[in-house]
Amino acid sequence: MATQHSRSAARFMMAPAVILLLGWMLVPLIMTLYFSFKRYLPLRGGDLGWTGFDNYVRFVTSSAFWPSVQATLIIVGGTLLITVIFGVLLGILLNQPMWGQGVVRILVIAPFFVMPTVSALVWKNMFMDPVNGLFAHLWKAVGAQPIEWLSDISLFSIVLIVSWQWLPFATLILLTAIQSLDSEQLEAAEMDGAPVLKRFAYITLPHLSRAITIVILIETIFLLSIFAEIFVTTGGAFGSRTLTYLIFQRVLESQNVGLGSAGGVYAIILANIVAIFLMRIVGKNLDA
Amino acid sequence: MGQIKLEQVTKSFGPVEVIPPLDLTIGDGEFTVFVGPSGCGKSTLLRLIAGLEDITSGTIRIDGQDATNVPPAKRGLAMVFQSYALYPHMSVRKNIAFPMRMAGIPEDEQNRRIEAAATALNLTDYLERRPGQLSGGQRQRVAIGRAIVREPAAFLFDEPLSNLDAALRVGMRLEISELHKRLATTMIYVTHDQVEAMTMADKIVVLQAGVIEQVGSPLELYRAPRNVFVAGFIGSPKMNLLSGPEAEKHGVHTIGIRPEHTAISTESGTWEGTVGVAEHLGSDTFLHVQCPQFAEPLTVRASGEFPVQYGDRIFLTPDPAHLHRFDAAGLRIA
Amino acid sequence: MARTVTTNRKIINTAAAWAVGLLIFFPILWTILTSFKTEAVAVADPPVFLAFDWTLDNYRTVLERSNYARFLMNSIIIAGGATLLGLLIAIPAAWSMAFVPSRKTKDILLWMLSTKMLPAVGVLYPIYLIFIRLGLLDTRTGLIIVLMLMNLPIIVWMLYTYFKEIPGEILEAARMDGASLKDEILYVLTPMAIPGIASTMLLNFILAWNEAFWTLNLTAAKAAPLTAFIASYSSPEGLFFAKLSAASTMAIAPILILGWFSQKQLVSGLTFGAVK
Repeated sequence: MATQHSRSAARFMMAPAVILLLGWMLVPLIMTLYFSFKRYLPLRGGDLGWTGFDNYVRFVTSSAFWPSVQATLIIVGGTLLITVIFGVLLGILLNQPMWGQGVVRILVIAPFFVMPTVSALVWKNMFMDPVNGLFAHLWKAVGAQPIEWLSDISLFSIVLIVSWQWLPFATLILLTAIQSLDSEQLEAAEMDGAPVLKRFAYITLPHLSRAITIVILIETIFLLSIFAEIFVTTGGAFGSRTLTYLIFQRVLESQNVGLGSAGGVYAIILANIVAIFLMRIVGKNLDA
Repeated sequence: MGQIKLEQVTKSFGPVEVIPPLDLTIGDGEFTVFVGPSGCGKSTLLRLIAGLEDITSGTIRIDGQDATNVPPAKRGLAMVFQSYALYPHMSVRKNIAFPMRMAGIPEDEQNRRIEAAATALNLTDYLERRPGQLSGGQRQRVAIGRAIVREPAAFLFDEPLSNLDAALRVGMRLEISELHKRLATTMIYVTHDQVEAMTMADKIVVLQAGVIEQVGSPLELYRAPRNVFVAGFIGSPKMNLLSGPEAEKHGVHTIGIRPEHTAISTESGTWEGTVGVAEHLGSDTFLHVQCPQFAEPLTVRASGEFPVQYGDRIFLTPDPAHLHRFDAAGLRIA
Repeated sequence: MARTVTTNRKIINTAAAWAVGLLIFFPILWTILTSFKTEAVAVADPPVFLAFDWTLDNYRTVLERSNYARFLMNSIIIAGGATLLGLLIAIPAAWSMAFVPSRKTKDILLWMLSTKMLPAVGVLYPIYLIFIRLGLLDTRTGLIIVLMLMNLPIIVWMLYTYFKEIPGEILEAARMDGASLKDEILYVLTPMAIPGIASTMLLNFILAWNEAFWTLNLTAAKAAPLTAFIASYSSPEGLFFAKLSAASTMAIAPILILGWFSQKQLVSGLTFGAVK
């Protein structure tokens, strides 16, 4: 059906998008790579020459590196755990027959649309503030000592905030996947004598495995680079400095561009490892 | 007018030849059905006639004019698609009006034809609805309406009934046949269902692997199938095709006998066998009879209340006047 | 066949779902309620839920702060501009990939997706530098370009998925009905594609509106949108919960409403069609 003419027209129509994205990817990437091999301090002398892999070594051996990896893993892992488990449970709950399903769905989805800076600020002040926050009132009401959420258990608090933001995403996708499960399969299993929990373990969960994988991969990519939530709540203090935040501090706060760029290369590599798995799944879906 | 003539038409997708050189003439006003198993090339053939696919070589003539390189819109043909292909964003009225709008027909003439088509197809109450609000049968009628108003030289139908349930299918079959009688316009109809072919066609074209196996009226095909394939494809239940020693007695490779051309007796006959499953349809009973000399059970038709049970002994006698004989290549021996 | 459920079971389901739904929604609800309180009531212990004197003072105060309108304007211009520009570039691309696919189409789509995976922080300084050189730092134009590029893969993907769903038979029917290529695009394709384009626009507007890395790092006073305005509340002085709530409510309300409209498209849009 496609003629030679329409093919060249198609190429012409695709060109702007392809060229722009190519530039958006390559130019900064090459610059980051370039800076990562330089000693480059814009405020203290600028370009001080090549240093080989020095920045890469220094970034990894700095005392801030391993704590930041740990903080990153806790935030990403904790959020994933909470959103996937509660996402499955919520998905199943919302799939049950009930009154006002549409309204509940809207209530559950709402946090996803809240600006990250807003959600961080609201949680930080109105809930987690140790004096005036709602949690403090609650703790006092039961006679307990209010918790200093963002300084004493900063990582847990951030996981809580981020999970609140991402639970709707996980729920929505898992609910969609649950709805696509053929109810006759479950009824067949019921006829075969499988009790509720076995039906969940042998039918529902395997059916959800692909959706869960996708939730994990997409969330990981976004969570690895969460920024506003930390910027607003702790500013990286109290052990909540993630890899992303550490790189941000190196580049913009201490203006050590070479060192920050080396960190950036690490972040790019990390994200690409996750991305490869995601692309495989999406790619397979394209063939179908 | 609507005479369509294919001369040495071929179609290849890359290196795969789906239609080897093919000649066919469809007369003006004829209801022609292309029938064959799925993948036999019948839909491709229809799309070649429509102009939705380019032919690889050969000539298509419509009313004597060479239409080979004429774009689909200019061939004066209308098509009803399997999925109906209604425009979901337009009301029924606008769907039906679309081809006329494209042809620049004046609005009052458009409205006149829409009203006429809607009345004929029982769509008057639905003209302002969207296709999404209609049932399968109604959508089908809208698709037909969209084809009618163009007053085309010929109608092309691509398995139009395959998305309807059984009861609706029978009804629509009648409606389309009636439409043909009323309009007397050439129609080409593609189906894999031989019942549709037998009941609707003036002329059936049986296709297999892109090759025309036989062309003829339904009864010609029923009475004298040109080969084993047509013999097995036309008629319901299928003709019993038997080979081996019993066929050799008739001096041929294969003999064929239809279920309705076999006499049944509980006392004596040519072949002796055991009754297997009996299908009681009320008017008829179809018996599946296992005879020791044949690998496959034979299907035979008995009267509606023929008193036999599973496992009974039974005797069958084929009617020699209706015995079909085929040679080793599967071709009919007259 | 869906099974009929006993009323009791349905009551339990309803109660549980509503309880969880309200719990998840509570922080938003609390913010909206607090925005109508006085600062004193806002921090009252025990907390006051509904029985307070409702006031619009906070909204008045926030709106009177001369700069609020400018932040809002920046948000609208930046998110709107990035979305429209993105659509302008993505529609022809997605169109040709869906209707004139070649063997490379799949690879191009996946590659586009892969650019979305690039962590922003990894390229922060180069972008920063380029922005300084081109005079784009703290300009709306600069942010429109960056946010457009960030969301371009999502836009292309969503449109591609929608265009793909338009069945080929309908285009063939139009051709049989005598439509020229122009008629086909004007009367059949475009009307069928508009719902898809609209939901793509909606979702990407939301994503651009909420983006909080580039908007925080590439703006200062002039071009800062609401994300930055809200972030400026992070080191407060005195009683400010009610005003913070009013500002927050105004920042999220339009998006919550748009979001509810787009929730159906959200899943396939955010998973690149992998979950439907």
